[in-house]
Amino acid sequence: MTKMKALVCRECGKEYPTAAIHVCEMCFGPLEVKYNYAEIKQTISRKKIEAGPPSMWRYIDLLPIEGAATIGQHAGFTPMVRAKNLGAFLGLDELYIKNDTVNHPTLSFKDRVVAVALTRARELGFETVACASTGNLANSVAAHAAAAGMRCYVFIPGDLEAAKVLGNLIYKPNVVEVEGNYDDVNRLCSEIAAEHKWAFVNINIRPYYAEGSKTLAFETVEQLGWRAPDQVVVPMASGSLLTKIWKGINEMHTLGLIDRVPTKLNGAQAEGCSPISTAFQAGRDFFKPVKPKTIAKSLAIGNPADGYYALKATAECKGAMDAVSDDEVVDGIKLLAQMEGIFAETAGGVTIGVLRKLVKQGAIKKSDVTVAYITGNGLKTQEAVIDAVGRPVRIQPSLVSFQQTFKMGKNGGGDA
Amino acid sequence: MIKVRIPTPLRPLTKNQGEVEVSGTSIAEMIDNLNTSYSGLKDRLCDDKGELRRFVNVYVNEEDIRFLKGKDTILKDGDEVSIVPAIAGG
Repeated sequence: MTKMKALVCRECGKEYPTAAIHVCEMCFGPLEVKYNYAEIKQTISRKKIEAGPPSMWRYIDLLPIEGAATIGQHAGFTPMVRAKNLGAFLGLDELYIKNDTVNHPTLSFKDRVVAVALTRARELGFETVACASTGNLANSVAAHAAAAGMRCYVFIPGDLEAAKVLGNLIYKPNVVEVEGNYDDVNRLCSEIAAEHKWAFVNINIRPYYAEGSKTLAFETVEQLGWRAPDQVVVPMASGSLLTKIWKGINEMHTLGLIDRVPTKLNGAQAEGCSPISTAFQAGRDFFKPVKPKTIAKSLAIGNPADGYYALKATAECKGAMDAVSDDEVVDGIKLLAQMEGIFAETAGGVTIGVLRKLVKQGAIKKSDVTVAYITGNGLKTQEAVIDAVGRPVRIQPSLVSFQQTFKMGKNGGGDA
Repeated sequence: MIKVRIPTPLRPLTKNQGEVEVSGTSIAEMIDNLNTSYSGLKDRLCDDKGELRRFVNVYVNEEDIRFLKGKDTILKDGDEVSIVPAIAGG
């Protein structure tokens, strides 16, 4: 069975072979994988998926590779956490956190897309992989390339968090820090990709790479007991994740794995970089690029490639978009940590902040089954919260010192 | 003259040259002149109304023209223009 039929231009519909190309020659529209759904439908079933591996590869029938997964076999199938405390605090009956802070191996949802991208890159015969990244993608490409024995170049903006820089260097790829922001890195990489025949995961491998994000939707549906949620809250950088979650949920419907799609998409951005949510709130179907200025660096894409499609999908399902300030991002990180024991990076603070806003505005209702996507780990963006968490209590190594500090009696008692 | 970097999908029109030189005092004029030398190029960059297509990004000396004056952005001798298709995030 060939599950991939072709690559097809999202704008003009022109079809191309399933090679390492990403742009329509005719109109510059992005290319997307076209599947043979009729054939996939004949063999796919809930039972078959449930019998698959405990990773994103249980959905291999809907991922754009020809053979088996050869790189990133353990990515995905992260916990779906019923967030009772946070739900009660916000006034939601059924809130879930899709917890990709513990994705394997580099603690962000990018392990999903990279597993697909590098498996596909190898199928296409590439020896060298590369990416333009705000941090998480670079970490994941570097780690997977090391394990796969591939040559690797990662390009990052010059102002990344220390842990994200270190999280590249440890795997010993070529780490190229570009003097500029992500949009500068992106433009440069696009030009480099034209000259060097490498697998640039988010450029010429993009049609395959981006499909990996669908697994977040597949897992959501399966982990909720084969039902689509009423509301999802998704952080937006390029807008790709949101559009792929929408695609994933709808594919499950197309294939008869669920009977209905009540889902509304909600896109979350930081105020310092909110070209998509600003356009949505103004009722526009196009965005104006911005120069990012926010602590949510993993979302700091001022010229979002999938912004147009994110706007379209959100309008289609009558969803919402909003943005939060940097202070609200920090509050969101603390709220999730202190209520659910999950330490998210800044993008997670954006998601929780916007979730809170949308509940307050009534866009998300008490009885709505709601899933918030937490896509990266807080240990990678410690700078954002370091001044907002207080200091440890310092004492002498004696019982007296401890009891005096916490104002306790000799026989315990008093839980200060 | 203006130096223009040509992306891969358009190189079949520029005899596989990745960089070409062209004259022009604005982006709009530069595109017209490019089309004179490399026929068919304008149709690829612009839609029926003559506006730049949604997924075409144009930069003058590394700056996105949407932060400048769009198609009316003024060009001067020695400027470098890049034409880049939109790409995904990371």
